[in-house]
Amino acid sequence: MDTIQLAHGSGGLENQQLIRELFFAAFDNPMLAACEDAALIEGGRFAVSTDSFTVSPLFFPGGDIGKLAVAGTLNDVAMRGARPQHLTVAFIIEEGLKVNTLASIVLSMKDELSISGAQVIAGDTKVVPRGAIDQLMINTTGFGAIVSDCNTRRIAAGDHLIISGNIARHGACIFAAREEIAIKGLTSDCCTLWPAIAPLLHAGLGIHAMRDATRGGISAVLNEWAQQTGLCLNIRQDDIPVSSEVRGFAEILGIDPYVLACEGVFILAVAPQDSTAVIDLLRHHGHPQATLVGTVGMAQQQPAVLLHSAYGTRRRMEYPSGEILPRIC
Amino acid sequence: MCLAIPSKIVRIDRDTCMGEIDTMGVTREANFSLVDDEITVGDWVLVHVGLAISRIDADEAQKTLAMYREIIELQDGALNAGG
Amino acid sequence: MQAADILLQMVRSNDAIRAFAEHIKIEAAQLKKPLRIMEVCGGHTHAILQYGLDQLLPGTIKLVHGPGCPVCVLPQHRIDAAINLAQRPDTILVTLGDMIRVPGSRGVSLQQTRATGADVRYLYSPLDCLAIAADNPQKTVIYVAIGFETTTPMTALLLEQAHSRQLDNLLVHSNHVLVPQAMELILAAGGAVDAFIAPGHVSVMAGAKQYHILAEKYHAPVVVSGFEPVDLLDAVLRIIHQVNTGMATVDNAYSRFVKTTGNRKAQQLVDKYFEPHDDFLWRGIGRIPGSALKLRSAYGERDAEVQCPESCPAPTEEQRGNCLCGSILMGLAQPTDCPLFAGGCTPQNPQGSCMVSNEGACAAYYKYRRDW
Repeated sequence: MDTIQLAHGSGGLENQQLIRELFFAAFDNPMLAACEDAALIEGGRFAVSTDSFTVSPLFFPGGDIGKLAVAGTLNDVAMRGARPQHLTVAFIIEEGLKVNTLASIVLSMKDELSISGAQVIAGDTKVVPRGAIDQLMINTTGFGAIVSDCNTRRIAAGDHLIISGNIARHGACIFAAREEIAIKGLTSDCCTLWPAIAPLLHAGLGIHAMRDATRGGISAVLNEWAQQTGLCLNIRQDDIPVSSEVRGFAEILGIDPYVLACEGVFILAVAPQDSTAVIDLLRHHGHPQATLVGTVGMAQQQPAVLLHSAYGTRRRMEYPSGEILPRIC
Repeated sequence: MCLAIPSKIVRIDRDTCMGEIDTMGVTREANFSLVDDEITVGDWVLVHVGLAISRIDADEAQKTLAMYREIIELQDGALNAGG
Repeated sequence: MQAADILLQMVRSNDAIRAFAEHIKIEAAQLKKPLRIMEVCGGHTHAILQYGLDQLLPGTIKLVHGPGCPVCVLPQHRIDAAINLAQRPDTILVTLGDMIRVPGSRGVSLQQTRATGADVRYLYSPLDCLAIAADNPQKTVIYVAIGFETTTPMTALLLEQAHSRQLDNLLVHSNHVLVPQAMELILAAGGAVDAFIAPGHVSVMAGAKQYHILAEKYHAPVVVSGFEPVDLLDAVLRIIHQVNTGMATVDNAYSRFVKTTGNRKAQQLVDKYFEPHDDFLWRGIGRIPGSALKLRSAYGERDAEVQCPESCPAPTEEQRGNCLCGSILMGLAQPTDCPLFAGGCTPQNPQGSCMVSNEGACAAYYKYRRDW
């Protein structure tokens, strides 16, 4: 690891290696070491999370960088079981960006904030010379009040695993929107998840952990859960919700949809007796494809994510690694 | 190095030998210069890196389908007979 | 619904997979001795492991994986050449995605070369090179072409269009290899395999006819197969049937797309631009005469090896230590037999050719099968 490559930021093994060997080593403390999407502060009353956004193109089917920067960070706060309340925003702008472009991005952020009711309470602006970055980067930090602490340590053998909607739509859409690969018909799933999370938290159901499947897709989330809990996650392959379009995209490029990013889909580990109620609530609150996909195995199984086919075979779901590249073979 | 996916022809421009294909609901450009001239919109073609390399042979597909149905029925029969 | 539509759904349906698996068990009970079937296409290896098809077969049938990944069999000196070419001034190096992760002899990949400043791009369709060459007239655009018979016509089409558009700044570095020569080497060595599942998309181009001589000369059943789970199970079933009836012939289980004669237009185009390479080195295997294609001398002005000879090092056999890739590619060992597998050799730190590309047998085992 002597030069940073794109793979070091793609949410897979290399990314994890960079974080552990450099950042965790330098900043080591128990809150950081918990490896959750959001950390708890103030005696566990508030959750905080930060994220930076760079996307090419800035506007894509289903959203734009502004919507992404608001929804992405507030979703991380919500995943911890907290109501998103406040957001700080830093804009890093390339010299030459049209003010109109920036204005429509800011307007889109305003609209997205209204969904959760969170407010921007501080911000920063930097302009860098042409060529220093690609048009615009946005960093956001979100704060929220804990309703019910959800975290990986609560995941237990026997838990049911639920996916909230069709996976991989954002990753496929962005990949296709890049000029190298002209594939039409894909829309990002980018959205604020709080309207679906609030009823779950207030219903007092046994929600043990939630994680939005952003970079690295569902594969990164499930493999991190398997590693952190030391448990085996058994997934029924046919039950994973994937739209026909994303399936087509994945087949054309030979890419595994499980490693492609979602921006409006999350995975839940819930007490088995509550899974039907959880799915019903999700389906009633904007996530009609929410479905049970598997269970957390007993302690004697090796920690891994296993995909089971309907015809009796099984295989590993691999932790993402390297830059996502089209497979021509 | 041989990933190729069956896709349906959506549009053909016969002058440029280019057009559009549909793969499970997503569309993309394809080059038709290596398949026979009788291709029409709605045909299944096999597409490798944006190049159509074969048009489906409907008669052969029909024959294969009949053979596969026979094997499936045979096994269903065996399973039912076995209880 | 048309028969074709129904068939395309059936080849991946759970019910059909179960039925074929059951039927194979019945037919395989008649086998007089265990059967070793080699698939020579990396796409087949990938599909077998992805769908877990080997788990559906009885113990008497063993699937062994052949030299079907073009990136894996590419010797390191040719990867070094690509890296050297990328580092030339005013050069844009373009290739297919699979190529950019593979390290050369100095342990550096095209991906890492890009991170240190070289203009390396991957593309989905090789024809996109035309736009890159047109947009950058002051630069040399070098397309590092790789692949078996399936991919070669696309490179030929690229050359044809570059010529007609007078894009003189586009060069090609050809690494196209041929399947039957490798199959023959394995059969001639003897003892490793009893039958072949022949590559479906190579056969779309070259035709099912190219295997006849192999089936005859070595008395080995060859079945051309598609890439869906039922296609591959059907191919296994047809091979068992041939063995049980004492036959050894070429059978086409992918007749919806493969013709006996192949794609004539593609063959003519390839023949126009390419000729056999006398002496091409396969990584992990060695020299196989006539097993690769180079640009015809008439197109020397497009050939990166002719135009930039100082960037293209001479062939060298590499030292392999404990790595079993050579035996694995020849069908003599399985990835899990190798002492380095998943320990000293992983996709992040590959030691041998079968681990370097996603499509390699070791990478596929690592991805789908590593301990559970």
